[in-house]
Amino acid sequence: MLIWDLFKMALRSLVTHKLRSFLTALGIIIGVASVISMISIGEGARRQTLNTISKFGTNIITIKPGQKKSRHVTTGKVNTLTLEDAEFIEEHIPLITGVAAQVYRSAQLKFENKNTNSTVRGTGASYSRLANFEMDRGRYFNKGEIRSAKRICVLGSTVLKNLFEGRNPLGKTIKVDGKNFLVIGTMISKGALSWFDPDDQIFIPVTTAQKRVFGMNHVQSIDVQAGQIDDLETIKEEVSQILRQKHNIADGKEDDFYVQNSSQWLNSWGDAAKTFTYLLGGIAAISLMVGGIGIMNIMLVSVTERTREIGIRKAIGAKKKEILEQFLIESVLISFLGGGIGILLGIGISRVVSGMGDWETVVSTQSILLAFGFSVAIGIFFGFYPANKAANLNPIDALRYE
Amino acid sequence: MGVQQVPALAGVDFRIEEGEFVAIMGPSGSGKSTLMNLLGCLDLPTSGIYRLEGLNIQELNANQLAEVRNRRIGFVFQSFNLLPRATALENTELPLLYGRIPNSREISLRALDRVGLAHRAKHKPTELSGGERQRVAIARALVNRPAIILADEPTGNLDSATGKEIMDLFQELNREAVTLILVTHEQEVAELTRRIIQMKDGKIIADKRVETC
Repeated sequence: MLIWDLFKMALRSLVTHKLRSFLTALGIIIGVASVISMISIGEGARRQTLNTISKFGTNIITIKPGQKKSRHVTTGKVNTLTLEDAEFIEEHIPLITGVAAQVYRSAQLKFENKNTNSTVRGTGASYSRLANFEMDRGRYFNKGEIRSAKRICVLGSTVLKNLFEGRNPLGKTIKVDGKNFLVIGTMISKGALSWFDPDDQIFIPVTTAQKRVFGMNHVQSIDVQAGQIDDLETIKEEVSQILRQKHNIADGKEDDFYVQNSSQWLNSWGDAAKTFTYLLGGIAAISLMVGGIGIMNIMLVSVTERTREIGIRKAIGAKKKEILEQFLIESVLISFLGGGIGILLGIGISRVVSGMGDWETVVSTQSILLAFGFSVAIGIFFGFYPANKAANLNPIDALRYE
Repeated sequence: MGVQQVPALAGVDFRIEEGEFVAIMGPSGSGKSTLMNLLGCLDLPTSGIYRLEGLNIQELNANQLAEVRNRRIGFVFQSFNLLPRATALENTELPLLYGRIPNSREISLRALDRVGLAHRAKHKPTELSGGERQRVAIARALVNRPAIILADEPTGNLDSATGKEIMDLFQELNREAVTLILVTHEQEVAELTRRIIQMKDGKIIADKRVETC
């Protein structure tokens, strides 16, 4: 018997029992659809996060005060970094293309009768370049204005929207914690992360922030930009050396600052998101297994029901292998069709999910192949036992079966 | 046609020549079903020899037996045993498909034509009368040009008029040199064959020619 004939027979048997075939396939449909949609949601979340994070620049090293204890926990003094440190680094490490010391705090912003509570970030002149901010209108402040601690500011797009509602802010004066600041520029929007909106802040000269707004002498972080991503490690080491020297830290003592590579952060975020994706996919895979057991169940019923048919086929010359193939093709066909419908459903679900909000979903070819291959494998695996049972029936007994 | 020597159960020993039309008779428990299964290569003798067209059947494995059933034996059953969801043509075609024989459609149509059912080829068994179903079964048995056709109570489920028609068909086929072995317990059916083998308690108690035929 040719495979094509077996295929036609299997298809006919499925069509004869439409409802039963559909219900059997439903397990696989749901399984595949959930694997695909879950992976697409997880993958979408991962890409979205990485995309947004990389907008802040991947060639950045961040220096923060305090002792490095573990990846995200710091203890000890928090005012060990100063503006001089930033200048010192800029002067002594030739591989870097920019340094921006920062202080930041949330503050009350006011223009006429509009109020908003946003982050006020005091930075150096090269910050906008380091953080991948682009100017919309006006300009960023320069070194001279920083030296003289001018009361000027650049607005992020969210702040602009909240305070000015589309009017031109240039030349207007806003109040930051009650102090007047002249608006000299606005930024193009970068888009919000789920936990942080980079557009909901204003930028003022770091010196102004220290002396006139926050009243502090230290800085909260120093961003260092590498000319080449490959130089990041070298720069990291040099930064550590220079700062230890400048802070007079004896050999064997721990650093009073820590240096973080933004690509490390990116990687650890990526890993976490990947784990999340695997977890979702794994849970969905369990439903695929349950679907497979459904197939086995129905195929066992089908074999019993068709004992006489099997007897007839054997009597007129069907070999064991041919009976096995017939039933195996049937179960694979169910899981194959179920897989196909499941893929469409899965793609549909992820479309709906991404359509409902700004949640991005990514249906990867990989996840489709994975789910599809898995479902066909399940058809073979769970179809084999019933098919083998059919193939091993004794023709005499099978013919006599009522 | 094959040389046939089967010392089975209690020395059942006979040969059937090519072109014969034989009825095997006997009450239930006489061993005729067992004999039928052995002749049909559905079962193997625990001892003894069954030779079909010179082939030692007892030496074959399961796959070879399936092949012998497919190419050399045609079955006709009391309860027809057609596949309910396949058409008459598809039922007839089945042995050819398992035998991987090309042009199976045309060959099956010819077989159906031979039993007078070409016009019912596209009908399913449920749409056919008992007599028609048995004709389809006979077409299926014929289609591979087997060495023997084994019919197990072929008229058992039919009324006497239809049964007579089926027997007429068998006689006609036999005149065309088809070898037929028929199991029955009806004397009048057996009388329509050319040789009757009587069995009782696993033994042949009579083996005689039918003169009228």
